[in-house]
Amino acid sequence: MSACPDRPAGPALDVEGPGAPPRSNGELVFAEPWESRAFAMAVTLADTGLFTWDEFRDDLVARIAAWEADHPDDEPFRYYRCWLAALEDRVVATGALDAVTVDERSADLAGRPAGHDHGDHGHGHGGHGHGHSNGSTPSPN
Amino acid sequence: MTDAPSDRLSPALRTEALEQLLVERELVDPTVMDTFISTYERDVGPLNGARVVARAWTDAEYRAWLLRDGTAAIKDLGYGGPQGEHMVVLEQTEDVHHVVVCTLCSCYPWPVLGLPPSWYKDPAYRAGMVRTPRRTLREMGLEVPEGREIQVWDSSAEVRYLVLPRRPAGTDGLDAEALAALVTRDAMVGVAEVAAP
Repeated sequence: MSACPDRPAGPALDVEGPGAPPRSNGELVFAEPWESRAFAMAVTLADTGLFTWDEFRDDLVARIAAWEADHPDDEPFRYYRCWLAALEDRVVATGALDAVTVDERSADLAGRPAGHDHGDHGHGHGGHGHGHSNGSTPSPN
Repeated sequence: MTDAPSDRLSPALRTEALEQLLVERELVDPTVMDTFISTYERDVGPLNGARVVARAWTDAEYRAWLLRDGTAAIKDLGYGGPQGEHMVVLEQTEDVHHVVVCTLCSCYPWPVLGLPPSWYKDPAYRAGMVRTPRRTLREMGLEVPEGREIQVWDSSAEVRYLVLPRRPAGTDGLDAEALAALVTRDAMVGVAEVAAP
């Protein structure tokens, strides 16, 4: 897969014109900040070769199919939730992380003990000094 | 609710956790992620595809090339990258109306259209366009004449489709730049026509 971040951005684009990308038709590309992070993580990992895009796509197809086969009647489809689940599936499948580690870190971020059996986390929270904020407030959807 | 699992299942938290862990293991570089995001939020969108369409409307040779080898002709205008490796361009005619869907996972030609809108990803669109395309198009505001065949193209693992809409009447005096401004994303997916100015 060819990389894209270093590609020249091309001609300047009008932000308000009729063809203005990609918020035209009044629609944001990402509904919430975490969606953009999940999107970019998958693209970056496919680009660097931790997995192939086709492998990720297969997991995404499976996650979407699973949601469509079984979900609460009142639950709307959330594409990037399937995307995130597929990303976790794929990362775990590579052996780079295990699911429990992600559970634990998520729980840490939520400010609560992770559970009963995992008292020995050796990880700190420093060292990720990139300045984005996903916000820790659980989304209502 | 009792065990408060909702926070642990919150996608925002899980995403943040995943990113932290991958960054700590030096498997992702957050600045590379930032670049991808800004690229697709700011730089890459339907205007790229609109320029391809406008070029095809004003340059017969380019149009022929585009229909024969979409990937190369699109790359020639500088648009390439993930999800654009294998492009096929579908030409709208009097006899056939093309419309694109990805029934399985919402594949979409990012380099020319940016990231897909929510309706493209919605189960109702993905299922409806395959089962009852004429009705689904009507519900989206496009009445396809009865005599015109509708061909639904389901994106495969490899191929991404771009629809080349019909040039609207009354635009003979417009140059490519003015024409590009008329072309909408929806027309390049095949759920709309390009309206005359």
